[in-house]
Amino acid sequence: MRVVEKSQLMSATEIDRTIQRLAHEIAEKSGGTRNLALIGIRRRGIPLAQRIAHAMRGIEGVEVPVGTLDITLYRDDLSKVAPQPVLQASEIAFPVDDKDLLLVDDVLYTGRTIRAAMNGLFDLGRPNSVRLCVLIDRGHRELPIEASFVGRTVQTSDTEIIEVRLNEVDSEERVMLVERVA
Amino acid sequence: MLGTESLSARQITFLLDQSKSFQEIQQHPLKKLATLRGKTVALAFFEPSTRTRISFATAAARLGADTMNLQAEASSLRKGESLLDTARTLDAMKPDCIVMRHSSSGAPEFVAERLEVPVINAGDGTHEHPTQALLDALTIRDRRGSLEGLRVTIIGDLLHSRVARSNIHLLGKFGCRFTLCGPAMWVPREFECIGPPGCTMRRVPHIEEGLDGADVVLVLRVQQERMNEPALPLEEYILGYQLTPVRLRAARPDALVLHPGPMIRGLEIDPAVADGPQSCVLEQVTNGLAVRMALLFLLIGGAPAEAKDASHAGD
Repeated sequence: MRVVEKSQLMSATEIDRTIQRLAHEIAEKSGGTRNLALIGIRRRGIPLAQRIAHAMRGIEGVEVPVGTLDITLYRDDLSKVAPQPVLQASEIAFPVDDKDLLLVDDVLYTGRTIRAAMNGLFDLGRPNSVRLCVLIDRGHRELPIEASFVGRTVQTSDTEIIEVRLNEVDSEERVMLVERVA
Repeated sequence: MLGTESLSARQITFLLDQSKSFQEIQQHPLKKLATLRGKTVALAFFEPSTRTRISFATAAARLGADTMNLQAEASSLRKGESLLDTARTLDAMKPDCIVMRHSSSGAPEFVAERLEVPVINAGDGTHEHPTQALLDALTIRDRRGSLEGLRVTIIGDLLHSRVARSNIHLLGKFGCRFTLCGPAMWVPREFECIGPPGCTMRRVPHIEEGLDGADVVLVLRVQQERMNEPALPLEEYILGYQLTPVRLRAARPDALVLHPGPMIRGLEIDPAVADGPQSCVLEQVTNGLAVRMALLFLLIGGAPAEAKDASHAGD
């Protein structure tokens, strides 16, 4: 599969500004951060969650715990995705019971990743609530899933892909719209 | 997964790393996943086994897979059916994987060569028991941090031990230094050559000398069911080779004691050692579950057509 870069959606500065704004929104709408915990999904949700927690430390002066979740075991498409599924570790160092969890991911698309993430969370205990924060919502939901906190909403077609590139993972920082080419 | 002899150090490390996630799952309140839902694992145990069979069955169940259970006593082999026909019969029911234990060395390979479905060797004759070696390695690595260059003493009937062979093939790839310790008829000279390049092997008849400076002590079972040759009287074995607390002091103070199980307290191992702080036997069992879950996940979790190439994992 070849991809062609079509346009840049967000620059490094815009990403940072958006993360700051999300952190403020989350702090405002969480009714206190006492029970709040962030869960970064798979790869790029993890640095995003860490950055949001860092920003919230600056705003509220509180330490919001951050956990990481690998959803490979909970996917509904494992046999189609790769011949050799490889697990990364999930690390949630705090008990999940009675917590208000905020899942953090880079792009919200069909919603299947979030469904898998919730299955993973519920295997660990009974959270008080689960909400979702994403950097980009690109539409095309196949499940009844919604994000409470969205960085940016982008209309996309089926052949397009949104690539969020973050320094921690990709050694560059921007959001690109790319297109699959036959 | 037929044996550890053919695995590279990288593949072994990959398997151990993947097992970590499954160790973590044993701590969850809800241990059942849906990852292998709809898949079937055939447990073809042509030789009696409780622990290994239960371990594989639980591993499959916790991943959401179903199991088909074949046990030797009840099997059609008693009615004269050949191994190949038994395997083909199982295969015709379309399992996604066959876990096989057999009293003949090479039986799983024989079946694997003739069927499309992946085969996991759960112990074949005196040849290999790869999942045991993997869980032993995981236990050692967790306690010690690394497998590199460890001094490993193996005590007992090495000649008839598939556990010993699989462990030597695995740990040998990390440059371990082996001391093989047991009655002369059970530690033949040929053993000095079986390890992979980069490891050292020496045979030592006396247990005190054999334990000197050991990082890991692997205590083998006295396989009374295999004793159809003129064997050592048990009293003599206990006198010469039982691992007692006093003898264990010859090893390093932080030496690990591993045993594939089932243990016979008072025979090859003193109860005080079995229950002591250096004993890893219970961790071995827990790690066995994690390793077998990882193996099932890697072999049948992905796209079916490529499942057979899972032996190249980590390349």
